[in-house]
Amino acid sequence: MKPLLRFEGVTCRRGGRLLFEGLDLSLGAGGGLQLSGPNGSGKSSLLRLAAGLLRADAGRIERADVALADEGLALDRELPLGRALDFWARLAGDSGRSEEAMDRLGLARLAHVPVRLLSTGQAKRATLARVAASGAPLWLLDEPLNGLDPDGAARLDALVAGHLAGGGAVLAASHTPLAGSWSRLELGQ
Amino acid sequence: MIGALIARDVRRAIGGAAWLPVGFFLLIATLVPFAVGPDPRLLERIAVGGLWIAALTAALLPIDRLVEPDRASGILDQLFVHGVSEEAIGASKLVAHWLTFGPLLLLAALPGSFILGTAPAALGRALIALAVGTPALAALGVMVAALTAGLPRAGAIAGVLLLPLAVPLLIFGAAAAGDGGSGALLVEGSVALLIVAAAPFVAGAAIRAART
Repeated sequence: MKPLLRFEGVTCRRGGRLLFEGLDLSLGAGGGLQLSGPNGSGKSSLLRLAAGLLRADAGRIERADVALADEGLALDRELPLGRALDFWARLAGDSGRSEEAMDRLGLARLAHVPVRLLSTGQAKRATLARVAASGAPLWLLDEPLNGLDPDGAARLDALVAGHLAGGGAVLAASHTPLAGSWSRLELGQ
Repeated sequence: MIGALIARDVRRAIGGAAWLPVGFFLLIATLVPFAVGPDPRLLERIAVGGLWIAALTAALLPIDRLVEPDRASGILDQLFVHGVSEEAIGASKLVAHWLTFGPLLLLAALPGSFILGTAPAALGRALIALAVGTPALAALGVMVAALTAGLPRAGAIAGVLLLPLAVPLLIFGAAAAGDGGSGALLVEGSVALLIVAAAPFVAGAAIRAART
């Protein structure tokens, strides 16, 4: 079966500094891969490469449709959360999914609250809800646990487990270990 | 998809400060009689020029809210991830910006013309020339906004970039109001078309370059 994400001999340089060289990885349906490594070791760059937002200096990258949750909130601050998430769900082709995603992340009662009033943890949940509503098979999560309380972390674990069981794949960069069975890739060695 | 992007930008402009460039436009138009004195014959001669200078400076005002907020909050990245091309982003921003800038500016040009004492015979031609110019002013705004997004002191750089690019528009637009038979309106129209046609590609390339 065709993998959802494949790196072949990928080299990444940022600002003249070599982050990694000749990196191979392959992520198929149901595969979860956790990236770790010190600050500045290239975890976020690897995620942006996987999303197509950066070009590799060498090597090849193949990927399925992706959804990305990084530090950018990417929601209109003046809109109620429900409508802001709906914009992306509709762009991805199905507006009904955003309601379900908010439910799964415990955001249902915040649907009418303007995005600018959300706390750090609520905003993190919102970015995860956008990913959950995208319908993309490959999820790229940058420090998904940042700012989440134990309830949020449990919901994230359930969300990821459900996505993997449904034949999706997840690539997550995180310092703290994530629940469930993950393959690991240590950068910066 | 482009419809959703245009609707979003129009909503943000109306909810934000779409009236601000218009107020600025009228303010500049009011300053001219104060600066040169109330002599009607002198004002009549410079009125169209004053109108255009007011329009150009007003076009600078919305630049900082066109692209930079979307870049900073990660919306441009997410649009790319959702498969929207940078050129489509540039084109939809151009349409949305014109919709919330062009008609309002033309509306304000009526009282503006009276403040400046435009000759009644030239009023129609001046408004038509300005109408032909507004899409190009909007296009220049979007291009410059994309080129300066993420730079420190982007506002000042935007002014230095936009105003020289608008010089052909200014020359032929102001000339078109002066003499209906000169063909200046046609030249202005072709300059405006060129700018509008280039804008989505220039803005798209700038958005792409800003990402890396």
